[in-house]
Amino acid sequence: MRHVLRRLGFYLVALWASITLNFIIPRLIPGDPAGALMARFQGRMTPQAIHALELQFGISHDPLWVQYIQYLGNLLHGDLGTSFTYFPTPVATVLAQELPWTLALVGTSVLISFVLGSLLGVFIAWRRGSFLDNVLPPFLTFFSAIPYFWLALIALYLLAYTLRWFPVNGGYDTSLTVALTPDFLLSALNHALLPGFTIVLASISGWMLGMRNAMITTLTEDYVLLAEAKGLKEGRVMFSYAARNAILPNVTGFALSLGFVVAGSLLTEVVFSYPGVGFALLQAAQNSDYPLLQGIFLLIALAVLGANFLADLAYLVLDPRVR
Amino acid sequence: MAMLPQSPEPVVAPLSQPQQGAGAGTTAGLGPAALPGPALAPTPVSERPWMSLWRIFTLNRKAMVGICIVGFFFLVAIFGPFFIHRDPSALSNDVLVPPSSSHWLGTTQTGQDIFSQLVVGTRVSILWGMATGLVVTAISVLVGLCAGYLGGIVDEVLSLLINVFLVLPSFPLAVLLAAYVPFKGPLTVAVVITLTSWAYQARVLRAQTLSLRRRDFVEAARSGGESTWRIIFFEIFPNEIAIVAAGFVGTAIYVILAAAGLEFLGLGDVTVVDWGTMFYWAQNNDALLLGAWWWFAAPGLCIALLGAGLALINFGIDEVANPRLRSEARPSKRLLRQMLARSLGGGPGSETAPVGASRSLG
Repeated sequence: MRHVLRRLGFYLVALWASITLNFIIPRLIPGDPAGALMARFQGRMTPQAIHALELQFGISHDPLWVQYIQYLGNLLHGDLGTSFTYFPTPVATVLAQELPWTLALVGTSVLISFVLGSLLGVFIAWRRGSFLDNVLPPFLTFFSAIPYFWLALIALYLLAYTLRWFPVNGGYDTSLTVALTPDFLLSALNHALLPGFTIVLASISGWMLGMRNAMITTLTEDYVLLAEAKGLKEGRVMFSYAARNAILPNVTGFALSLGFVVAGSLLTEVVFSYPGVGFALLQAAQNSDYPLLQGIFLLIALAVLGANFLADLAYLVLDPRVR
Repeated sequence: MAMLPQSPEPVVAPLSQPQQGAGAGTTAGLGPAALPGPALAPTPVSERPWMSLWRIFTLNRKAMVGICIVGFFFLVAIFGPFFIHRDPSALSNDVLVPPSSSHWLGTTQTGQDIFSQLVVGTRVSILWGMATGLVVTAISVLVGLCAGYLGGIVDEVLSLLINVFLVLPSFPLAVLLAAYVPFKGPLTVAVVITLTSWAYQARVLRAQTLSLRRRDFVEAARSGGESTWRIIFFEIFPNEIAIVAAGFVGTAIYVILAAAGLEFLGLGDVTVVDWGTMFYWAQNNDALLLGAWWWFAAPGLCIALLGAGLALINFGIDEVANPRLRSEARPSKRLLRQMLARSLGGGPGSETAPVGASRSLG
C-alpha cells in the first residue's frame, strides 16, 4: 500500500510539472508570438474570451503568481481556453470530440501489439536459433526503424490508393451520421483497420525483442531447468515458469513507451486524416492555435500518466517482491 | 588513459532492482523499439575502453553491417553535395516526373529535382541528428553519473527530474515548444528535442553508476584522495562506455525520427532542404493523391535505412556486451534429457527409456 501511495504521489508531481510547464512555456519564450496573434482576433471575440486568452498567454499585468492561480482555477473548471482553428468552440469541447477516436484506435492497436509482440517474443526465445528466431527480429525491426508516418504513407499508398482495399482517409463514411448504429460502427471499423495495422506493425518489434531478451535470461535459471526436468508440459514451463517472470520488464516498458507510441500515432492520424487528437494537433500546429496545442499536450500528458499508474498497479500484481 | 582501473569482475547489470523496472533499454526509438532488453553488462575494461569499443565494431557481423550503412550516409553527407550541380530548390518545367535517367528520383510538383534535394538534405539531417544526439548523450551522462554517484539530496532531486521527464510525453511536449519558439530552423528543432529526450539515457546511467560506486576500484580512488569529478569521469565513466555508446546510437535514431516528425508537421524551417521538410512539402502538396510516390519514398527510405543501420550497431554492442544474447541455439530437449540422464547415472542411450523402465526389463 505504501508503494501505491508513493507512486501516486509521484504521478501527482509529474502532473503538476506538466501543468506548470504548460503555464511557463508561453511566458518564457522570447518574442511575443501570442501577442501578434491576439491582434488578429481583436474585434472577432467577446471581451471575456479575449481576457481568457490573455490569461493563457500571460498578456496580463497581474503578478505571475496571481496569473498562475487563475490559470489553475481555469483548469479545475475544465476551461482550456478557446480554439482558434475551430473558433469559437472551447478547446475542451474540441478535445471531447476527438478523444474517443484516438482512444479507440491507439488503445486497441497498442494492446494488440503488446500482447502479440510479447507472445511472439516468448515463442522465438523458446525456439532459440530457429528459422523464425532468425527472421522475425530483423524483419520487424526494419519496420520499427521506419518513421511511423512514412510507414503509414506507404501503406496508404499501396493498400488504399493503389489496391483500394481500405478507405483512403477519414474515420467513417461521411454519408453516415455519427451514431451507434451497426452501419456506422462497421464503417468506423473499416476505416480504423489500416491505421491500426500500421501502428501494430511499427511497434510490435519492441515488445517482441524485449520479451525475447528477458526470456533468454530467464530460461537459463535453475527453476526453469527443474520444471523441465520434472517433465512438466512444455506450455506450462513456457508460460507459468519462464514467461511469467520474463514479462516484468516488458510491463514497465509498456508504460514507458506509451508516450512514444501515442506520439507516433499522432503522426499516423495526420497521414490518414483520421479524426482524432493527432489530426487536431496538425491543425493546431499549422494555424498556431496555441490554446488547442496546450490542451492537447495536457490531455496526452494526463492519459500517459494515468496509463503509467495503471501499469504500476499491474506490476504490483505480477511481482510479489514489490509488495 | 593508460592508468585506468581494472574492474575486478564483469559489472553486474542493474536489472536486479525490480522497481527500477526498465533497467536498461539500449535503443531509444520513437516507437517501443526503445524497449528494454535485459540490462547491458559492460565488458570489464581490460586495456583501453576505446579498444574494446573497436572490438565490438569489428568482431560482430551485425555491427559491421550497421557501420557500413551509417558510414555510407556519412560519406554522402560530407562529399555528396560537391557532386550536385543542380540547385535543389530550383524550379523547372519537369513537373511531377517519375524517376528517370534525367531525374533519378523524379521531381516535385514545382519541378525540383528530388535526388539533388535528397543528397543536399542528407548533410543537414545527419549533421543535426548526430550533433543533437551528442548533446543529449552528454547531458544524460552528466545527470546520470552525478545522480548515481553523489547520492543523497542531489540524487533525490535529479531522479525526480529524470522520472518526471521520462513519463511526460516528449513528442507532444516538443511540438508545443517548437510551436511557441518564434525562430524556426534546425537549431530550434535540435534544442527542443534535446530538452525533451535526455531523461531516458540518464536513468539507465544512474542505475549503472549506483552499482559501480561501491566497487573496490572506486573505493580505492576515493581513499587515495582523488577529487569527486575525477572519480566520476575518469574512474566510473570509462566503465560505462559501452552503455553510453549504445545510448548515443539509440538517441541518434530517436533524434532523427523526432526531427523528421516535427518538420513533417511544419514546425521546422520549411525553406531549409532536408529529409523532414521534403516530407512536409510532399504531404502539403498531396503527393500521395497525385500518385507521386517517389516524392516521399526517397527521404523515408533514407531515414529507414539509417535507422536500421544504427539499430544494427546497437544490436552488435548489445550482443558483445551481453554474451547471453548472442545467437546460439538453446540446448535442445534431446540434449537436455541426455544431460539429465547422465547426471542420474544412466548412459547416453537411456534418454529414450524412462529410468524405471530398464529395471522392470531386467
